[in-house]
Amino acid sequence: MSSEQQSIRCLVAKVGLDGHDRGAHVIARAFRDAGFEVIYSGLHNAPDEIVQAAVQEDVDVLGISILSGAHDTLVPTIMDGLAEYGAAEDTLVLVGGVVPEEDRAELKAAGVSEIFGPGTSIDETIEFVRQNVPER
Amino acid sequence: MSEETLLEDLLAGDHRALARVISKIEDRSPGARELVSSLYAHTGEADVVGITGSPGAGKSTLVDKLAETYRKRGETVGIIAIDPSSPYTGGAVLGDRIRMASTVGDMDVFVRSMSARGTLGGLSTATADAVKAMDAFGKDKIIIETVGAGQNEIDIVRTADTVAVLVPPGSGDDIQTLKAGILEIADVFVVNKADRDGADRTVQELREMIELGHGGGVVSSGHHGVDPSHHGGDAGGSAGDGTDLEEWLPPIVETVATTGEGVDILIEKLTAHRRYLHESGRSVEVARRRYAEEIRTLLREDVNGLLEAHLEASGGIDALADAVRTGETDPYTIADDVLEPIERCLEGKEDTSNR
Repeated sequence: MSSEQQSIRCLVAKVGLDGHDRGAHVIARAFRDAGFEVIYSGLHNAPDEIVQAAVQEDVDVLGISILSGAHDTLVPTIMDGLAEYGAAEDTLVLVGGVVPEEDRAELKAAGVSEIFGPGTSIDETIEFVRQNVPER
Repeated sequence: MSEETLLEDLLAGDHRALARVISKIEDRSPGARELVSSLYAHTGEADVVGITGSPGAGKSTLVDKLAETYRKRGETVGIIAIDPSSPYTGGAVLGDRIRMASTVGDMDVFVRSMSARGTLGGLSTATADAVKAMDAFGKDKIIIETVGAGQNEIDIVRTADTVAVLVPPGSGDDIQTLKAGILEIADVFVVNKADRDGADRTVQELREMIELGHGGGVVSSGHHGVDPSHHGGDAGGSAGDGTDLEEWLPPIVETVATTGEGVDILIEKLTAHRRYLHESGRSVEVARRRYAEEIRTLLREDVNGLLEAHLEASGGIDALADAVRTGETDPYTIADDVLEPIERCLEGKEDTSNR
């Protein structure tokens, strides 16, 4: 009877030991202003904590912010965890931060949809989310 | 995961199924109503606690410590953390998870963040339904956490059997503002950050307020609730003399959520309140009132939905608003006109059923 009230739900997560959260904050605010529901994880999350939050919150989008260089081990661990709960396929996983060109193919093979490096515009990121948010 | 097996998966303890069901409830997606109505048969086992208080009172941190303590006792926990959303964009940043670090990595603590979407009242329905989903999933304890700001939040927190209101110390003026509404919904008062200056005074002010609210002179001891042994040891005695069960005086518990101090006493008081509800028979009344409220809210939303469609058909709300603006008519006349066919319809039904 009532009309549908869908909203894009995102988890913005900082993984591992790096404490640089300015980027994550900027993204969280920009997503909020775009009308998304943003769950922010805070700093220093282990991969399984991020998986837990993504599954329980049933997010459409998981944005992982990494500036430590440990993406090649942390991101695949998160992807495996999502797969374990059957959440890998219909969650749009994005990585933001400093990821060298040669590592990108590997992350995409692991299931990451897009990688946003330094200099990416906020609008571009929001547009990408709107275009690619999984149909459920 | 298919639509058909969603309910079975949830009942079988699949975390993702529970998460998906709550999403459907929040989205009001097709099938959500049928889903929730089939959940009802599996509910009624969980203890539901509401935690409210002003921003920065320490709700999330306290909820975290409550969850940790429940887990140590072997109980599973569901948490619904509610944050406001922007009335302009609908967007929200839900940050309660940051404070819930003690139980992170433990899937038996299911934390779900929710924000107000759309219309007033919608959130309290969604919260009540999400509680049903967690109850059916098999959670022992369900905690609803919300900022205690207005009527909407009060409605939400009344989904719970027991409501704890957090009051930070040194908030004398705040207590004045608490008087309206919050006093009536509090089953337990929590003075959090009790290690700070002014905690004793806040406890004193709360106590005076509670005593005034309950007819003053009746309360002689002035130590209600602060003594941790009060409800713990005398359950048999109070059941015997019958007077203690007549009225529940909200106890005041002092906690330091960051260290977990006072959390055990708080849990004791929450349990005592639940026991009071059952032994005094108040639980029947509480449940009846809650279901009545749920039915009313649901009907209001449904009728609203009907009206929206009807409004579209009769030219749309903008055209009607313009008619008022240009002085052609007034809102009351329009409301009467719009409702007229519905009223006629209802009267017709009643006539046939009376025959």
